[in-house]
Amino acid sequence: MIEVKGLWKSFSGKDIIKGIDATFEQGKCNMIIGASGTGKSVLLKNIVGLVEPDKGSILYGGRDFTAADKNLKTEIRREIGMLFQGGALFDSMTVEQNIMFPLDILTDMPKDEKFDRVNECLKRVDLVNSNHKMPSELSGGMKKRVGIARAIVNNSKYLFCDEPNSGLDPQTSIIIDNLIKEITVDLDITTVVVSHDMNSVMEIGDNIVFVYQGHKLWEGNNKTIFDTDVPELEDFIFANNLMRIVKKNREQL
Amino acid sequence: MNSIGRFVLFIRSMFLRRESFVTYVRLTIDECIKIGVNSIFLVSIVSTFIGAVTTLQTAYNLVSPFIPDYVIALVVRDMTVLELAPTVMAIVYAGKVGSNIAGELGTMRITEQIDALEVMGINSASYLVLPKILASIITYPMLVVLSAFLSLVGGYIAGTLTGVISAVDYVYGIRAEFLEYNITFALAKSYTFAFIVAALSAYKGFYTKGGALEVGIASTSAVTNSCIGILCADFVLTKLLL
Repeated sequence: MIEVKGLWKSFSGKDIIKGIDATFEQGKCNMIIGASGTGKSVLLKNIVGLVEPDKGSILYGGRDFTAADKNLKTEIRREIGMLFQGGALFDSMTVEQNIMFPLDILTDMPKDEKFDRVNECLKRVDLVNSNHKMPSELSGGMKKRVGIARAIVNNSKYLFCDEPNSGLDPQTSIIIDNLIKEITVDLDITTVVVSHDMNSVMEIGDNIVFVYQGHKLWEGNNKTIFDTDVPELEDFIFANNLMRIVKKNREQL
Repeated sequence: MNSIGRFVLFIRSMFLRRESFVTYVRLTIDECIKIGVNSIFLVSIVSTFIGAVTTLQTAYNLVSPFIPDYVIALVVRDMTVLELAPTVMAIVYAGKVGSNIAGELGTMRITEQIDALEVMGINSASYLVLPKILASIITYPMLVVLSAFLSLVGGYIAGTLTGVISAVDYVYGIRAEFLEYNITFALAKSYTFAFIVAALSAYKGFYTKGGALEVGIASTSAVTNSCIGILCADFVLTKLLL
């Protein structure tokens, strides 16, 4: 479980995150949603430690990440796997080397075990026999799947996904969403997904935090989100025509 | 002042939270190949022609019955060892290696590869930059020695083929009144320039923000700053050591 308590972050005197409190539960797909520029990615970067918060604390399984010394910070970071928006695969390495990288650097695992683990992860993300491909040979969806495999190869306890569906077609998006959900449940890990894709929200949002202009305006799940009375969230959900039709149909029922 | 402070902190950060020694050995060997071995061709071409042109221009300027021909080779040797091999080659090196380092790190930054390392708990500055600086410090002095040798060979070929100096006079000239300290001085300069090029270029690339345009700007800035750094260090070292 990850707890965010009273988090504040500003850049050049401008407050971007304004006192956010949130709890991300284990074994669930926790989603941070909101329009572009509302601070979702900054919130995520604060949680994973890429940005230092100005105020507040972040607790990983009760361990305070913000107040941790270097050793504890490194220990927590090594329990984190992250899927970046563009995959962030290392260009000079093959798929196999990319996935094996955390094992090479962070563990003393024998070579054979590493290969077995990599193949196991490739199988899980449905990329068997792609070991020797270079990132430049992969499609957007494949890159994301390799990114997921790299994020979980080290038996991570926490999985973070920054806009996993950006740049993907609707079908591939669903495949990636289902993969994230499946991994979360099977491995019983805490997953946090940043997204503004309503399809994803409806597909995998077990716990949803809506961020608007740096504030948390709403918290719930994909079953309760349509019943919201927060106008900003309504504007966000029903911004596209498809969702407006869904809303109309729900009202007619 | 802000940039200098940030640069010092950047260098300091490389020595915190280091990975295993074996990791650095492997990475440094890889970088030695990328930085050093892959620069041999360019250094060889440039050095040979610089030696050839220096010989012809020195001969052109030393047309006097009172100056023996071997002085041409002596002047070429001292110019090569003291200035052309370590300094001019450092400018060429900054253009090739400096822009490459800044471009590589800049691209890694904007595609979030550096963030990926940080999230894994790896000190990205130490993992990515330290091997590059070590490789530069190891290989650049070797390139300078190669450059000096090939410059003298180039001078020999140009001088003897055009007839401005005989082979005997040339060989006598490059051995006459030789000061071993000049080699020490050239190597001291080469270690300093190797650090300047690798560290400044890595700094520029590592803190790139934005997109492809900014990566290009970082590469250009890396070369410009390295050249200025090399010339300033050259002046200071010459004043201090000669």
